[in-house]
Amino acid sequence: MLSMRRKIVNAVMLTLTGLFAFFAVSILFFVLGYLLWNGGTSLSWNFFTKLPTPVGETGGGMANAIVGSAKLLLLATCIGVPIGFLGGVYLSEFGGSAFSSLVRYTTDLLNGVPSIVMGIFAFTVIVLPQKHFSTLAGGLALGVMMIPISLRSTEDFLKAVPLALREGAMALGASKSRAIFTVVIPAAINGIITGTMLNVARVAGETAPLLFTSLGNRYWSHGLDQPTASLPVMIFDYARAPYDDWHKQAWAAAFVLLSLVLAINVFARIVLGKKAQAR
Amino acid sequence: MSTSAISVERARPKGGARTFLSRLKSGDEIAFLVTLACAVSILLVTSLLVFELFQNSALSRHKFGWAFLFTKTWDPVAGNFGALPYIYGTLVTSGLALLIGVPLGVGAAIFLAELAPPRISDALTFLIELLAAVPSVIFGLLGIFVMIPILRSAEPGIRAVFGFTPFFQGPFYGQSLLAAGVVVSIMIIPFIVSISREVLLAVPQDQREAALALGATKWESTWDIVVPFAKKGILGSIFLSLARALGETMAVTMVVGNDPKINTSLFAPGYSIAAVIANEFSEATDDLHVSALIEMGLVLFALTIIINAVARIMILTTTQKGSS
Repeated sequence: MLSMRRKIVNAVMLTLTGLFAFFAVSILFFVLGYLLWNGGTSLSWNFFTKLPTPVGETGGGMANAIVGSAKLLLLATCIGVPIGFLGGVYLSEFGGSAFSSLVRYTTDLLNGVPSIVMGIFAFTVIVLPQKHFSTLAGGLALGVMMIPISLRSTEDFLKAVPLALREGAMALGASKSRAIFTVVIPAAINGIITGTMLNVARVAGETAPLLFTSLGNRYWSHGLDQPTASLPVMIFDYARAPYDDWHKQAWAAAFVLLSLVLAINVFARIVLGKKAQAR
Repeated sequence: MSTSAISVERARPKGGARTFLSRLKSGDEIAFLVTLACAVSILLVTSLLVFELFQNSALSRHKFGWAFLFTKTWDPVAGNFGALPYIYGTLVTSGLALLIGVPLGVGAAIFLAELAPPRISDALTFLIELLAAVPSVIFGLLGIFVMIPILRSAEPGIRAVFGFTPFFQGPFYGQSLLAAGVVVSIMIIPFIVSISREVLLAVPQDQREAALALGATKWESTWDIVVPFAKKGILGSIFLSLARALGETMAVTMVVGNDPKINTSLFAPGYSIAAVIANEFSEATDDLHVSALIEMGLVLFALTIIINAVARIMILTTTQKGSS
C-alpha cells in the first residue's frame, strides 16, 4: 500500500518539475514580449537608414551597425564555413584514424573556448601587428568561432547518409571524390544548410569577441580595414550610457537582432530541419 | 564508421597502374588533400590560439609569476596586477548560477522527458532551445532594466529569509554578484534542459516499467531509477553549462557592478575575469596592462579546459560503472 507521505511527495515533486518547465518557457515569452513592447515602440524608419546622432540630438539610427554586422557575418561565414565544412568531409569520408579523434577532440576544445578569448586571439593575430582595429579582425574572431560547429554538424549529417549510396555511386564507376561531391553531399545538403544557418545565428549575437577587434564606429566603415559598428556592440554601449534616448535605441537594436536570430532559428529548425530529418 | 570507409576504399581497383599522378587527375587525391588540409588547420588554429595567449602574456607572467593568481591589487597606473578578485567573482557568479540553474534545469528536463506527453514536450523543448539562441547582450540589457529592478523590490524578502547568513549582508544597489548569478543561471538553463532531456529519454523503458511494477510511485521511479541511470549525461550537461557560465561575458559585465573587491555578500558588486577583459582591453595602452589582460584570458582558457577535461573523465568513469 502507498503511504500518504509517498503519495504527497509524488504529487508535490511532479508538480514542481512541471512548474520549472513552464518557468523556463515563460522566460522566453517574457523576453520576447518585453522586447516587442520596448523595442517595437522605439523602432522607426530612421533606425534602418540614419547614422547615430551625437548625444543630445534625437532621431538617429543604426544603419552603419546593421551593415557592419552583415559585413562581419559574411566575412565570418567565408572564413569559418569552408574550413569547417571540408574538415567535416574529411572526418566523415576519409578519416577513421587516431588523427581524426585528435581533430574531433581539438574541435570540441575550440568549441568550448569562451568567446572573449576568441576576441583576444583575433586581437593578437590581426590588431597587434596592424596596430589598429578592423572589420577583418572582428570577422576572423567570429569566423574561428564558426569552425567547430560547422565541422561537427557537417560530419554528423554526412555520416547519416547511408553507406549504400556511396557504394552505389562507386559501383557505377564514380571515383571516390566524385561520389562524395555529387552523391553524398547533395544527400545531406539540407542538414548542412540548417547547421550553417544556426551557426550564423549563433555568432550574429556575439558581442564579446568584437569589443576589441572591430571595436565600433559612429560613421560608415569602408572596406575591411577600418573599425566598424555592429548591432551587438551598439546594444552594449547604448545600454550602459546614461541617456534615455540611447536606451530606446538599444531596445530597438535588441529587438531587430533578436527577431533576426529567432527567425533564422525557427526557419532552420522547422522548415529545413524537417527535410533534414526525412533524409 | 572508420571500417566502412576502408571497405569502400578496397572496392576500388588498385594496382601499380594507378600512379599518384593518375589518382591526382581523378580528383580523389585532391579531395583528400584539401579536406585533410582543412582538418589540419583546426589543429593549427588551436595551437596558434594557445601560443598567442602564452606569448603575449609573457610580460605579465614573467613579472608576477604564480603570484598573479593570488594577488588582490589591480592598479594599471602603478603597473601592479593580480587576478584574485576577478577569479573570485567568476567562481562565485558561476557557482550561484549552477545553484539556481541546475535544480530548475534538471527539474524541467524531468518533466519534459517523463511526464509531459511527447507533443507538448517537443513543443516546450523547442521553445526552451530558442531561449538558448537569445544573444547574451540581450540578457544583459534585460538584466539592467528589468531584472535588477525586480531584485531590488525582492530584496527585503530575500533579507528576511536569508539575512542571518553572511551572504546577504550590507547595502544592495542592484548591480551585484547576485544579479550576475541570476542572469547567468537563466542563460544556462536551456543547455541543462536540452541535454538532460535527451539523456533521460535514452533510458530504456523497462527500467521505468520494472520500478512501477514493484510499486514505486511515478516520482520514485523517476528519481531513484531513471535519474541515476542518466547521471552521467546530466553531469555532463552541468559541466558544459559551468564552462559556459565561467566564460560568460556580456550579461555579467552589464549587471555585476564591476568592482574588484572580494566580498562574501552576494548583495555586493563584484567583477569577473571575462568582464575585466571586456571593459579594459580596448582602452589598455600600456604593454604590461595588455599583457596582464591577456594572461587573464589564458587563466579563463585554462579554467574552461580543466572543466572540460574533468567532465570527460567523470563521464568516462560513470559510463564504466553503469555498464558493469
